[in-house]
Parts: sequence; structure tokens; C-alpha cells
Amino acid sequence: MRISLAVAAVLALAVAPILAPWLEFVLTLAIAKGFAALGVAILLRAGLISIGHAMFFAASAYGVAFLARAGINDFAALVALSVLAAGLAGAVVGAFLVRYRAIFFAMLNLAVSMVFYALFAKLYGVTGGTDGMAVPVPSVFGIVLSEPAFKNTLFYGSLTLMVLVGLGVHRYLDSPLGHALSAVHTNEVRLEYLGIPVWAVLLIAYVVSAALAGLGGAITGFAIGRVVPDFAFWTASGQLVLVAVLGGIGGVPGAFIGALFLELLHSAAVTVTDAWNLIVGAALIIVIMFLPKGLYGLLARRAAVAK
Amino acid sequence: MKQTILQARDLHVSFAGVKAADGVSLDIHQGEFLAVIGPNGSGKTTLLNLCTGYVRPKSGSVHLEGRDITRLTPRAIARLGVARAFQIPQLFSDQRVIDNMMLALAAKDGLWTMVRPLETAARREEARALLDLVGLADDKSRISSTLPEGHRKLLDIAIALALKPRLVLLDEPTSGVSSLERFPLMEALMGALRQRQMTALFVEHDMDVVARYANRVLVWNAGKIMAEGHPDVVFKDERVLQSVVGVA
Amino acid sequence: MSNTVIPLLLDSLASAALIFFAAVGLTLVFSVLRVLNVAHGSLYSIGAYVAASICLFIVSRQLSPYLSFVALLFSAVFVAALFGPLIERTLIRWTYGKSEAVQILITFGLFLILEDVQRMVFGVQSLYEDAPMRLLGTSLIGGVVYLNYQIVLIGMAILVIIGLRLLIRHTRLGRLITAVVADREMAQSIGIDTNRIFILAFSLGVFLAALGGALAVLTSGVAPGLGADTMVLAFAVAAIGGLGQIEGAAIASLIVGFVRVLAIYYVPALDAVAPYAAMLIVLLIRPYGLFGSVTARRI
Repeated sequence: MRISLAVAAVLALAVAPILAPWLEFVLTLAIAKGFAALGVAILLRAGLISIGHAMFFAASAYGVAFLARAGINDFAALVALSVLAAGLAGAVVGAFLVRYRAIFFAMLNLAVSMVFYALFAKLYGVTGGTDGMAVPVPSVFGIVLSEPAFKNTLFYGSLTLMVLVGLGVHRYLDSPLGHALSAVHTNEVRLEYLGIPVWAVLLIAYVVSAALAGLGGAITGFAIGRVVPDFAFWTASGQLVLVAVLGGIGGVPGAFIGALFLELLHSAAVTVTDAWNLIVGAALIIVIMFLPKGLYGLLARRAAVAK
Repeated sequence: MKQTILQARDLHVSFAGVKAADGVSLDIHQGEFLAVIGPNGSGKTTLLNLCTGYVRPKSGSVHLEGRDITRLTPRAIARLGVARAFQIPQLFSDQRVIDNMMLALAAKDGLWTMVRPLETAARREEARALLDLVGLADDKSRISSTLPEGHRKLLDIAIALALKPRLVLLDEPTSGVSSLERFPLMEALMGALRQRQMTALFVEHDMDVVARYANRVLVWNAGKIMAEGHPDVVFKDERVLQSVVGVA
Repeated sequence: MSNTVIPLLLDSLASAALIFFAAVGLTLVFSVLRVLNVAHGSLYSIGAYVAASICLFIVSRQLSPYLSFVALLFSAVFVAALFGPLIERTLIRWTYGKSEAVQILITFGLFLILEDVQRMVFGVQSLYEDAPMRLLGTSLIGGVVYLNYQIVLIGMAILVIIGLRLLIRHTRLGRLITAVVADREMAQSIGIDTNRIFILAFSLGVFLAALGGALAVLTSGVAPGLGADTMVLAFAVAAIGGLGQIEGAAIASLIVGFVRVLAIYYVPALDAVAPYAAMLIVLLIRPYGLFGSVTARRI
């Protein structure tokens, strides 16, 4: 990784909102989506596609709203606890899902995420139904801030987290556990014969990816000031998949670059058209068919089909 | 009396009505190089599958140094010190040769080190040493799927050795290896095994290799052990010559 | 107690029939093409929207309501003819021989596209027209008033099961399909035009999905989001039965239909979750469904 390039990019991001204040919101959302997409990308390494990951994104955002309602008002605490909640949800869901691969894994993730969505949308009394819940401005390390000041803090906080968490994830992917993850896709049997518990490797990855999605969800909740059931809708998962696939080969930075690109594209597209899902879907197909660089490993593998 | 590493008793297993193991019992002793020969399709690989937990016998037992491993998973058995090399090389084909080795070494060390990278100087050295042993040192940076069949075979064996096992099971280690490289490979392999006091069971078709390197031979036929003993003795046995001739 | 058993069973059967229509296309396509079409639910809901639009048109023009039934069939044929060959040739065919991950991503992309296409063409309102259904009247079975339409649905589901079975076992096309399912490469090498088989099989799958949506319009209408709900339901049923197993899907439909109706009767809040609970339980016991199988890797 070209360190100087990365540093320059981070500095550019840090400076950007000073030059163009309207960028701050978009960039905050982009970083948040980047975290979530990174979560999806981690699982993609093992050949597993989660098309329901938005459920953890949403769970964490709702977590923030619930905790705030329960009286917890500290920014750091809210983020930490809700990410923990997302990770926990990931552990529970993952425990069942990591037994599966490919099609089953994808569809079961979708199914569980639809259940999450249904719960968020229907339990009006608890979650506010389709109106969602408010995410109030929290205090930061004891200091009460005005909303604009908080939004600034949120942005720079997210930027910092992007660097720190990004480094952490990079470390993880570079470690034996991270390499074992890619190996699951290539030759799971061999891993077992090396004495490596594949289910544990995958479950750890799933929990990490859920926590990352949760981090994104918490940040988004704060940025928008509200959480709605749509956070968990399958089309939201679709966007995460697109970003993960776009950024694929780029590892950690790739996810954030992809998220940034998509968020800027979204801002532009929204002024022209309503058909964002169509764009995302078409982009996904185009990337897979014509830009295999992120997916070379997936494409090169022949289908392991029953004869 | 040499210590018994592996003890199989009265193993029975069939597939689609064919008896792959019909009341098989055998002992593998510490430090032995035990060869298993027999006609094609007689189920020799099944023996390896039974010893590594890939297949469960219908009845019978397998004990590793006194411990019952009959119902354990391949993963558990690998952790207990049994490594396996495959007939069709099982590699991480999109990774470089050295990455394959380092992952195997890391598996032995224990994977739970998220803060340290896979590639450390120590591990790289150890990987290089093992690759040297099997003659793959020059290929270390090549993607393993690009290697010729024989070299992929060697890598497969090297991965098994990386586990520093007590017992290594090799499924036709020299098949796919050119005749020029066959003996150097076996020399190096056997030297390493002896040096590390590993025990080996190998399924083999090349009778010259068996004659030279095995100190005991089992002749497998139709799910049973037809004959057993020192290669010199076994190769003089009429029944063996009849059933196994034309296989090498 | 016996007052509820008969309606419970009859409602379960009717529910199962609709669920079967939702799932059979998905499992059929998987069986022949080895592709799980994540966009399957969209084709169901597009069928529903087309059918609903035509039915509303028929009613608004005060044409014979019996035409609605023709409309249902027509919608399914229309959707299948329009989308079947098109999707198969451009997207699905490209995925053959590639990893399952690619398959999932491509059909998922299609799902996203169709979701917006639907919204752009049909808008965001729910459509519902039950006049044709009421036209068929009711019957008294076991002391319970039962919609004749529900009986029609059950009958049609049975027809489809028998029809598919006859197709596979007693027609030339069926034999070709069986050959392709058994060994694709072998079939190609003996000269079978697998491309044609794939287009036909996929289009048949689309037809069944669209027909399911159309049939359901008369009882439950169509609203945005139907596609996604149907997709996961269809998958749950296909998974319970074993992917690719048509008879399995039929049995799974009975199970899910029963569980769902049971929930509606006794614990209505859980009715949406009931199919997934059933799937969870089945998959815990048999990870690949009641009749499914997974090929073990040969080493």
C-alpha cells in the first residue's frame, strides 16, 4: 500500500469539507457505508456473499436510538455499545449461517435480513414502525455540542476511525486467520486437514463483518439524525454488495474508495432520476461481467456443480 | 518391541455394495515406513481415509497411540499429529507456493494470532527449508496452480510435512513425478522423515520405490490384507505377484 | 375442536397451492440450469402487476369478468415470453460454468433492476381486484364456507405437478431435459441442443412464477415489496424440499402452508416468520432439505 498516497487521500478528505461544506454529510455517509461494505468484502474473501448485511447496519442504528432513549447520552459509549450489539447479533446469526456456502449462505442472509426488516417495520410500538426512531445529538466526552459542531465532530471522528479501524482490519486480513479466510474459498478440505476449524475462521469473520456494518450504521444514524426500517431493506444490502465488489481487489482502501465513488454518484443521480436501484443493479452486473479484476478469483473458479 | 503408533482393528466399510475394507487390522510402528500396494480400485485410498477420519467405518476401530480416533473428524485427527498427502494434490491453488507453506506452518503454530502477520521472517525461513527439502525452492514465488503436476504433488507433500506430524500418510507420493526425480524425492523425503522421527504409511504403485524404501509392505486386495512383511519376502510371494503384477 | 380442523386443513391446502406456485419455478430452474435465480421473486410480482392491471382494466370497462381468468393466464405467458428468453440469453447463459458467487451477484443485480422497473411502470400503489374471484362463489365443505377459487387454486397446483411429471417422464422434451440435468457435458457431446433446453426451462420457470403472482392477485393483490417477500418464501420452500426437487417443493409447500395457516389461526403476529421458523428447523436436521443432496468432494 502506497503509504504516502493513502496519507494524502486522508488529508484531502479532512480538508474537503472546509472547502465545500456540503461535502461533509456525503463524506460521512460514504465512510459509514465504507465500513459496512468492508464487512461484506471480508466475507467475500471466503467466497461468501452476504446479500442481507444491511441488517447489522440497521440493528446498530436502532441500538443507538434505543440506548439514547434509555438515557445513555455519550457518543463514544453509544457507538461502542451499538457496535457490540451488532457483533453479538452477528455471532448469533453467524453461528447458524456459517455452516452454509454460496447460494444457501446468500439466500439465508437475505431471509434473515427480511425478518429484521419486518420486525423493525411492524413493531410500531417499539421501533416506531415505518416512521423510525430519532437519533438525538449526543454529548462528546462530556461536552454538549450544537448540532453543526457535532456533525463536524462526527465527520472527523469517522475519518479517524476509518484510519484506525482500517489498519486493524488490514492487520486481520494479513494474519493467518485472514489468509485462512481466503483459503476457505480455495480449498476448504485442505484447511480441515491442516487441523484448522473452518467454522471458527468463518464465524470470526462474520462477527467482525457484522461489527463493521454496525459501525457504519451507528455513524449513519448520527449523521441523518434518524433511523428507519429501510436501513435494513434488501436494496440497502445490494448497495453494500456493489461497493464491496467494486472495491474488491483494493482490500481495505478499496471499500472506502468504492463507497465514496458510489455516494458521490448517488448525490448526482438523485437529482436526475429515481431509479437508483436500477443503477446499482446494472452497475453490479457490468462490474462482474466486464471488470473482473476485483473478482478474478471468483470468476476463475469453475462451477462446482453436481453432475 | 517398537511402540505402536497406529492400531486398526477389524475395520469394515463398504461403498455401494462393494467392500472396501473387509475386517482389516493392522499396526503401524514408530519409525516405520510402511508401504501399501495392491491392484487399482482395491480400496487402498479408503485405508487412508479411514485413518484420517474422512470415512467412518461401519465397524471396527482405529487407535492413535492408544487413543480412539475412529469417530474423530479429519481436523481433530490432524491436530493429533497425523498429516496426509493426497493423490490429487490439494493445494491453495491461487496462492504462491510459499504462501501455501506458510499457511500450513501457521496452522501448526496455532492460528489465533490476529496481530501478527502470516509472513514472518522465521516462518518464511522454515517454509523455504521445507521447499528445499522437496526440491521446490526455485518455485517458491510461483502461483501453485501454474506448477506442473509433479511439482504440485511435491508441494502437497511439503504441506503435510509442515504440520510436523508423528505419522504421515502419503497417497501415491511418486505418481505424477518424473522417473528422474522420483528417487531424489524419495531420498530427501525419507531422510527428512528419519531425521524428524516421523512414521510413514504410503500407498504406492512403483515397486522399485517400495522395494528400496519400505521396511514393511502390506498387500491389499479386495478389502483385505493379502500378505504382509518385508519387501523381499512379499515380492517373492506367488499370490502377490499374480494379483499385483502389471500394476507398477 | 373439530370445527377448526377442517377449515385449518382446507386453508392450509389453498395456502400451500399458492406457495407452491411461488416456489416451483425457482426449483425447476435450479434443477435444469443449476442456477438459483435471485430475481425469481420479481418475475412473480411482475406477473401479479400485469395481471392486476389487466383485471382492473376489464372491470373498469365492464367487460365480462370471466375474461379476467383468461387475463391471468395471458399475463403469465406474456411475462414469460418477454423476460424468459431475454434474461436467459443475456445474463443467465453468461454464468454457466462460473462460480456460484457470480450467479448470485448477476441475478441479484437483475433483482435490483427489476425492482425499479416495476416501480417505474406500475407505480407504488397496491393493486387489488377480487371481483372475478367472488364470481366463482363459494361451497359448503364440512360445514364451512369455502371459496371456490381456493379449490381452483388447489386443482391448478395439482395439475402443474402432474403436468411437470408427465412432461419429464413421457415426452421427448422431458427426456432431453433429464439428460441435460443428469450430465450436461455428456448431453452436449451427443448433440442435444442444450441452449434450447435452457431457454425453454428458464422460460417455463418464469411462466410458473408469473402465473403464481397472477393467481395470487385475486386473493391478496399486489404491492411493492411483494417480489422480495416472495423470493425468500420461495427459497425457504425450495430449501425445505431440497433445491431442484419438484416433488420436494410440493411437500414443502404443504408444510409451509400448514405452518403459516396455523400461525394465522393461533399466533397471528408470527405468520410472516412461520415459514422461516419451519425452514430453520428442517435445515437444522437436514442441512440440504428433505430431498436435497450435496455432492461430497472427491479426494
